[in-house]
Amino acid sequence: MLRILAAAFALLFAATAHAETPAPENWDAVVAEAKGETVYFHAWGGEARINSYIAWAAGEVKERFGVTLKQVKVADTANVVSKIVAEKAAGRDENGAVDLVWINGENFVSLKEAGLLLGRPWATKLPNYRFVDEEGKPTVKTDFTVPTDGLEAPWGMAKLVFFYDTARLENPPKSMPALLEWARANPGRFTYPQPPDFLGSTFLKQALYELAPDPQVLMQPADDETFARQTKPLFTFLDDLHPLLWRQGRAFPQNYGTLRRLLADNEVDITFAFNPADASSAIAAHELPDTVRSYVPEAGSIANSHFLAIPFNANAKAGAMVVANFLMSPEAQARKQDPNVWGDPTVLDVAGLPKADRARFDALDLGVATLPPEELGKALPEPHASWMERLETEWARRYGAGQ
Amino acid sequence: MGAALRSWPIISAPKKLERPQSRLVAFPIVILALLVLPVIAGLLGAALPAFGYLPVLGLEDFSLKSFIALLGAPGIGVSLALSLCAGLCTTILAFLVVMGFVAAWHGTRVFRVFRRLIAPLLSVPHAAAAFGLAFLIAPSGLLMRALSPWASGFERPPDWLIVHDPTGLAMTAGLVVKEIPFLFLMALAALPQVEAEPRLKMARALGYGRVAAFLFSVLPALYAQLRLPIFAIIAYACSVVDVALILGPTTPAPLAVRILQWQSDPDLSLRSLAAAGALAQFALAFFAICVWLALEWLVARVGAKLMASGHRFRRDGFVRHLAGATMSLAGGLVLAGLATLALWSIASFWAFPDIWPNALTLDTWRSVGATLGGPLDNALLIAGLSSLLAVVLALGALEYETRTGGTTTTRMLVALYLPLLVPQIAFLFGLDMLLVSLRLDGWLLAVILAHLVFVFPYVLLSLSQPWHALDPRYALIARSLGRSADAVFWKIRLPMLSRAIATATALGFAVSISLYLPTLLIGAGRWPTVTTEAVALSSGGDRRITAATALVQAFLPFFGFGLAALVPALLFRRRAAMRAGG
Repeated sequence: MLRILAAAFALLFAATAHAETPAPENWDAVVAEAKGETVYFHAWGGEARINSYIAWAAGEVKERFGVTLKQVKVADTANVVSKIVAEKAAGRDENGAVDLVWINGENFVSLKEAGLLLGRPWATKLPNYRFVDEEGKPTVKTDFTVPTDGLEAPWGMAKLVFFYDTARLENPPKSMPALLEWARANPGRFTYPQPPDFLGSTFLKQALYELAPDPQVLMQPADDETFARQTKPLFTFLDDLHPLLWRQGRAFPQNYGTLRRLLADNEVDITFAFNPADASSAIAAHELPDTVRSYVPEAGSIANSHFLAIPFNANAKAGAMVVANFLMSPEAQARKQDPNVWGDPTVLDVAGLPKADRARFDALDLGVATLPPEELGKALPEPHASWMERLETEWARRYGAGQ
Repeated sequence: MGAALRSWPIISAPKKLERPQSRLVAFPIVILALLVLPVIAGLLGAALPAFGYLPVLGLEDFSLKSFIALLGAPGIGVSLALSLCAGLCTTILAFLVVMGFVAAWHGTRVFRVFRRLIAPLLSVPHAAAAFGLAFLIAPSGLLMRALSPWASGFERPPDWLIVHDPTGLAMTAGLVVKEIPFLFLMALAALPQVEAEPRLKMARALGYGRVAAFLFSVLPALYAQLRLPIFAIIAYACSVVDVALILGPTTPAPLAVRILQWQSDPDLSLRSLAAAGALAQFALAFFAICVWLALEWLVARVGAKLMASGHRFRRDGFVRHLAGATMSLAGGLVLAGLATLALWSIASFWAFPDIWPNALTLDTWRSVGATLGGPLDNALLIAGLSSLLAVVLALGALEYETRTGGTTTTRMLVALYLPLLVPQIAFLFGLDMLLVSLRLDGWLLAVILAHLVFVFPYVLLSLSQPWHALDPRYALIARSLGRSADAVFWKIRLPMLSRAIATATALGFAVSISLYLPTLLIGAGRWPTVTTEAVALSSGGDRRITAATALVQAFLPFFGFGLAALVPALLFRRRAAMRAGG
């Protein structure tokens, strides 16, 4: 019934002009089309310093390209997905509300599979894409092991990094077995966000990598047999660890923000984040004591990239491309990596940049709590998406349902 | 006088056959057009995916699969029980405290103090009160900091499960302290209509104790007026999300939180599970209200026995002080939480067990101030227009009902309470689809209409009982003096109900201010408000930013309730008899 209603309305108000999707190969035409457009950029608005960075970018694209950039601050990208799904269901194939969206792997895969993204490859054809470090940062080409196929533009890098307060802890445990050992001596001083929160799930994946009998298998889709075999040591580890967690594992923080607060409140001694510079910028913002430092596990840690995508029905497609291209420029990327601004690592190949642009990165002070790139250790790839789904389901069954 | 008699239902019962026509019929029609369609669309949007119909995601076959999946979800029984208990316990506790307090302290100075506190208490957003409470009672919170390490011996916060406790006690406490002011406000608006003073005097003269006099002579009349607000509290408390996220259990969480998690799971196929959960939530709220009705019946029976027993219950000092103490505790917790938030908003780094931050800074306020200009205007505009529109529509509908002698209108309008019973995110999906099809989303008008769907029930809730309780003889006398029906409305009903109307407007304003998802989704992000900024920022977990934006968010309703208290008093300052007792 709703469908009939929706179809009737769609017919009634059928869009008269069916705009062509702009082609980034002809960049001058895109820039010309973008002039005067307003781009609604739906992006997580949880961090004042990120919002300020986007506001700075808005000023720049306005001045340089005549594009008005408006950030729609959302608490959860799922709400943006809801909006796009509702538009699709109501038959609105043009003039959608979302022009550009900051997206993570899971949402990207869902939108891609449901056909809700701009359908032709555009990101790899942006002029500034030539600076992107495809060789050194292979995760800019795959999101959650699913090829991005040029449907989203890389914006920043993420790597799992652990933080501890040197005022309370001298030698943090650098592997999962060592963490368990340490937790036995210090019960109640560690926890992780509750899956399916993405950081909590990333912790599970990290532990899986370190403990699985054969990590290579994790690149393939999971089946019942491989899942049972590869995760057996992980769940033994979690069974041992949980009674030693903060609140004996009977409650978990809901997300990274809460986890960081637990470190600040002296409730736990070790936390972790997906941004290596997070502690530095949190110290700069008085959220953490300046005695916090970071480390990475000896085995390396999970790394990925985050991206910008354009929905299938975006209203200002050319403008969105111009913004994505600007946010990928060495200038914007260098500013973003400054921990006093945001501290998000670049997706570019800094060594291969023109001299003047390289100097922007060389001039950055990464902050006291941030490891230099050469000490960030090995980057572990994301396991295939099916592992994560199964891990989350099994976690909820074992630990999420109460005792 | 003949005309007046005909237009009055109580007296002209036999005249029902020729029901008078009124041009005011436009009001119920407009309400039905503006509100019922969105409600139906919203409910369909919640129900169809639950039965496996969501073509955009490739679901086209009707089935019960998602209900089976819901029953199989780990810990679902615990989640349901938590929601049901939170809903009922919150309501019972809030009701006992408020009624106890009104019974024991009505007409005293303490009562007047609380009447003045009502605006600040009610204005604090639920989430802000919950944050404040969490930071007071958590093991690393202010209370423990005040005692550590000199008294408690703790150099580090103890590993105690106080907040997020598996039985949901902290969550229920958070809800109770926020529902008490709401129920108290509803009682304040209703008290002038039940002629509490003469009833109390009579009962006291017969020798009843203060509390018993109130319970036996005033409560039955008062309760009739509080019933709908109480249902709203039950529905709210068993489907609350923000308070549950901040204070509630996590393994497993109450139902509404889990629905939200399914709904926001990147795996889009979980949306049908979320929709099934939304229907379960709906049924749960309905069931909770039925349980309440059963309790009501039981209490009425026991009460009647007690009344008939003839006991005067004169020694009620203990009960009176208990009521005063619990009310003060509830108010004190909200205010202390608010003060803590204020302190956080100017704190630089603040470590355990320091009782005071390292240093004070205005950095947080600077960064909040830099972004809040436009959102403040939008919030005022949307909340102002939607609450005014809601009040006008509600008054029109009530007046129509009064003139034509029917009660069907408001009975039919009960359907409008449905949006309060379904989780917003599920409901909004259908509403959003409707407005998107109408090419209305992103427009200010659409945002106001969407707000109206949530604001109107509260306004009607707050207005209809005092309206119906107004003694019809005022109107009869006025008509007999030759005044027109319109004059009765403007000169008698509006002034006499001015306090209730102002309260309803302020309540609608506060509801509109607090709406996050409708503003974001229906407004397509084009109408950022103080609340959308505050919620987005609080998702980051920086306690100082959360504190500052929550205070800003609390300021607007505070302003609204303040005006509501002031305006009737100023407008009719020479009509002393209209003042509410107390």
